[in-house]
Amino acid sequence: MAEFDWLFFTEVLIGGLLSGVMYSLVAIGFVLIYKTSGVLNFSQGALLLFAALTFVSLVEKGVPFAAAFAITFAAMVVIGVAIERTVLRPLTNKPPITLFMATLGLSYIIEGAAQLIWGTQVHGLDLGIEDIPFDVGGVFISQFDIFAAVVAASMVGALSAFFRYTRIGLGFRAVADDQFAALAVGLKLPWIWASVWAAAGLVALVAGLLWGARLGVQFSLSLVVLKALPVLVLGGFDSILGAIVGGLLVGASEKLAEVYIGDYFGGGIEGWFAYVVALAFLLIRPSGLFGQKLVERV
Amino acid sequence: MSTVTADLSPPLSLPFHAGALAVLAVAYLVVPFIGSSYLFEAILLPFLALSLAGVGLNILTGYAGQVSLGSAAFMAVGAFAAYNFNLRVEALPLIGSIVLAGLSAAAIGIVFGLPSLRLRGFYLAVSTLAAQFFVQWALTKFGWFSNNSASGVIDAPPLSLAGLSFEGPVGRYLFALTVVAVLTFLAYRLVSSQTGRNFIAVRDNETAARIIGVPVLRTKLLAFGVSSFIIGVAGVLWAFAYLRTVEPAGFNLDRSFQILFIVIIGGLASIRGAFFGAALIVVFPLVLSRLGAFLLGDIFDSGVLDMTQRIVIGAFIILFLVLEPDGLVALWDRLKSRITAALRRA
Amino acid sequence: MTLYTKIRAAAFAAGIGLAAIAAPALADEQHFPLQSYRVGPYAAGGTGFFGGFIDYLNLINTRDGGVNGVKLTWSEAETQYEVERGVEAYERLKSNQGIAAWNPLSVGIAYAMIDRITQDKVPLITINHGRTDSTDGRVFPYVFPLLLNPYSETSGIVNYIASKEGGLESLKGKKIVVLYHGSPYGKETIPIYELLAEKYGFELQQIEVPHPGNEQQSQWLTIRRAKPDYVVLRGWGVMNPVALKTAAKTGFPVDHIIGNVWSNSEEDVIPAGDAAKGYTAITTQASGAEYPVVKEIVKTVYDAGKGNLEDKNRIGSVYHNLGIVNGILNVEAVRIAQEKFGKRTLTGDEVRWGFEHLQLDPARVEALGAKDLFHSINVTWDNHEGNGYVTFQQWDGKKWNVVSDWIAPDWALLRPIIEKSSEAYAAEKGIKLRTAEDAEAATN
Repeated sequence: MAEFDWLFFTEVLIGGLLSGVMYSLVAIGFVLIYKTSGVLNFSQGALLLFAALTFVSLVEKGVPFAAAFAITFAAMVVIGVAIERTVLRPLTNKPPITLFMATLGLSYIIEGAAQLIWGTQVHGLDLGIEDIPFDVGGVFISQFDIFAAVVAASMVGALSAFFRYTRIGLGFRAVADDQFAALAVGLKLPWIWASVWAAAGLVALVAGLLWGARLGVQFSLSLVVLKALPVLVLGGFDSILGAIVGGLLVGASEKLAEVYIGDYFGGGIEGWFAYVVALAFLLIRPSGLFGQKLVERV
Repeated sequence: MSTVTADLSPPLSLPFHAGALAVLAVAYLVVPFIGSSYLFEAILLPFLALSLAGVGLNILTGYAGQVSLGSAAFMAVGAFAAYNFNLRVEALPLIGSIVLAGLSAAAIGIVFGLPSLRLRGFYLAVSTLAAQFFVQWALTKFGWFSNNSASGVIDAPPLSLAGLSFEGPVGRYLFALTVVAVLTFLAYRLVSSQTGRNFIAVRDNETAARIIGVPVLRTKLLAFGVSSFIIGVAGVLWAFAYLRTVEPAGFNLDRSFQILFIVIIGGLASIRGAFFGAALIVVFPLVLSRLGAFLLGDIFDSGVLDMTQRIVIGAFIILFLVLEPDGLVALWDRLKSRITAALRRA
Repeated sequence: MTLYTKIRAAAFAAGIGLAAIAAPALADEQHFPLQSYRVGPYAAGGTGFFGGFIDYLNLINTRDGGVNGVKLTWSEAETQYEVERGVEAYERLKSNQGIAAWNPLSVGIAYAMIDRITQDKVPLITINHGRTDSTDGRVFPYVFPLLLNPYSETSGIVNYIASKEGGLESLKGKKIVVLYHGSPYGKETIPIYELLAEKYGFELQQIEVPHPGNEQQSQWLTIRRAKPDYVVLRGWGVMNPVALKTAAKTGFPVDHIIGNVWSNSEEDVIPAGDAAKGYTAITTQASGAEYPVVKEIVKTVYDAGKGNLEDKNRIGSVYHNLGIVNGILNVEAVRIAQEKFGKRTLTGDEVRWGFEHLQLDPARVEALGAKDLFHSINVTWDNHEGNGYVTFQQWDGKKWNVVSDWIAPDWALLRPIIEKSSEAYAAEKGIKLRTAEDAEAATN
């Protein structure tokens, strides 16, 4: 490499940042639940699969796009509330590891149900956005990725506004800050939990559609959570902003690493590189970029 | 997590020994003669390997309070290390390979345990995933680990100890049983020793542990080391005694979760718990699938049955966590005390 | 150990052995235990393949009353493509009487079975996949990677690219990138591509995609910078549609991407949508329902409501047809073995003999109603692959169309490499090389 190819570097960087947005999108779903219930909800991936599979099957059966979206969203809300009622509530005050294992069990149920209802076929999902790259001064940028980034950004905006300006949102923040204090001032926790699960369901649906359009709607969709976990570690489990920044950092660094230093390791380092970045970072700041510093025990 | 200390109060009490010896006697003297090859190959061998892995993880998670999602990676390290020591070091007896494999896993375990000095809870749990992905990548990436086998999959060497050959299902069962029995005994001694109490002190209150003079950092790393050693040997059993082949993909995240399930469902901080948990995790799906095929096999195809099973298993796990969060051990102890009470009354 | 064995035998003799319930006298039946996967990440492939296999067995039973009067039976156990479930299924199903052969369609499960089936003397069929060096029947008497092993696939793909460029000489100076899945499967062909690159003088770059392959931005940017003439996709599951989509996203022409044998199904291209139009992939069996044998399956099996596929649109899909071809090969092996050993239930070892004489020339293939579905096969006692021909098919957005003749891989070039590997295996395991005479004898 005689001369450094800045154009190529920019291209990799932009590609990485845009991929990072997609990771953030999944990570936000985790953050919402973790912030209110203190649960690392591993079934987020299964929910994402369920949402995408339901949506695509409805569309294939001739249901119009908007209706399919609404039906799926309604289904996600019902599921979310049901999870809160039947799984999390009986497990209140149990150690976090128990709750985590419960969400693993939950992901079995959701994955099984999704495939039982909709079958195991692989589906294509066309959101109607052309994925032809356009050329910005020699740098190719994917239209679809830009679209995804815009969607993610507006969703984060909407969620922030929701939590800042609505009563439920304020309640949510109160619960996140201090559950007992929130109870003491008379906040209705179940109601808040239910709305948070609904929000997480919406995030799962949007993330499921965007990822589904990239990968096809199939079982492997639930594996995208593995991309979100280092983002969470990096950004902090309880910070939406952290999820965004963490996603961008993970996306950019893993792509740059794969292209520029991957060769020294023989390539294919993307699978674990994000974890190493997150880990290195954590050694400096043990609760993530924006996470709250608190001592927790599992 | 206060209930777990109960396991400590009767250290080396007689009933435990008597019970364990009785189980061992049956396992050695009765099972080999009446079992079918299906029992050994499909139930007992995976049960033994996973129980041992559960014992290993329980030392780390149950006793020392550090959650790890990378157990399968340490199993993989053990399996591949044993294969390579056996292959490359002339005249090294199999037992030597196994010990060295355990030590290799312990070394890797300590390296990936280093973050535990700074991290807690889920941050630590997720960071152990780094081990999961890195180890799997490295084992696939570098052909040396699999002796440059074209497909990266390795075959297990024949099992023999001190001139005795352990071939065939029964032989491999006895081999695994012996390894598991010895290591479990050692693990039991360890957790009932001062070191074991240090583990618990670190788990229950790190600061307090430090004040009373427990070397916290060393204790944590020791827990990672010991735990990984045992899990590594479990990996050897999984590969050599059970599957007779090793491919890195077999030691994936699902396996790590499986081992964590064993520990949680069996009962945290209980050596017996790992065996209970493993029995349930190995046998329950089989029973369910047999039952499903028997009752509904004519109506539905195997796919539908399997998905239903998945749902039932998931629901069962949740139900179990809700109803019996302290694990099968607690259930067992309650049952036992109830029976003794009933007997006494009678 | 011997002591245990003795006591054990004594225990059985004393009548303690519960397992030794006398086997009922059986009608002439030949059994196929199926370790299928209809759930999990690879369910789409599993339902197609096992569906096709079962459909063909059904056809033989219904149309011909079995093979010379011997009924074909089967039983299924779900594996989800997981090795230990496969082992459990093996142990569960092996108690069936009259087992002809095992067909797991999973490399991992096949590996775990090699020791076991060799001991039990029952053939293990790994059509289109499996351990390359098991092609050498001298070392692996019971393993059959029928039609195509990974090395032949590599050679077939390079020969196809050469034919598009105007001959093997024209490969000189061309550049080929191989994008492979980061797993033992993906890496298996690395040395063969290197060998062929050196032999034909093309430039080669091999790039790994980490499992599962749902992110390939960096790999495709690297490819775009390398500007290769062709990209060979050695993919797996979700990696394939993502590769095609990312190629489109980074502006690499899809008609210069050549897929390998596990990147060639409808499931690999449908999720990629328009990005897959023009993608070409290797196959040993053409897809489509226009072949006589497929038509007969529709008429005899599906119209009678006994078809195995839930979705009839998948009849004639890549995996379904692979299952049918697999059925043909298994059934013909049984038929050939019956001619030697008698028209009755055969032992596994006798069926093994049948596979080792499984020689179907194009005329015989046509008689079986499979002309153009697959070319031919020529298995011998020491060549367990059987020199399968390959062809290439292009996706037009709706279906696959064959775009090449039947192409022969360079078997002579590959054989010494295979033998080197299998002989090393034999040395490591202390296996004595089998001779033609050994192969001729079959235990019953």
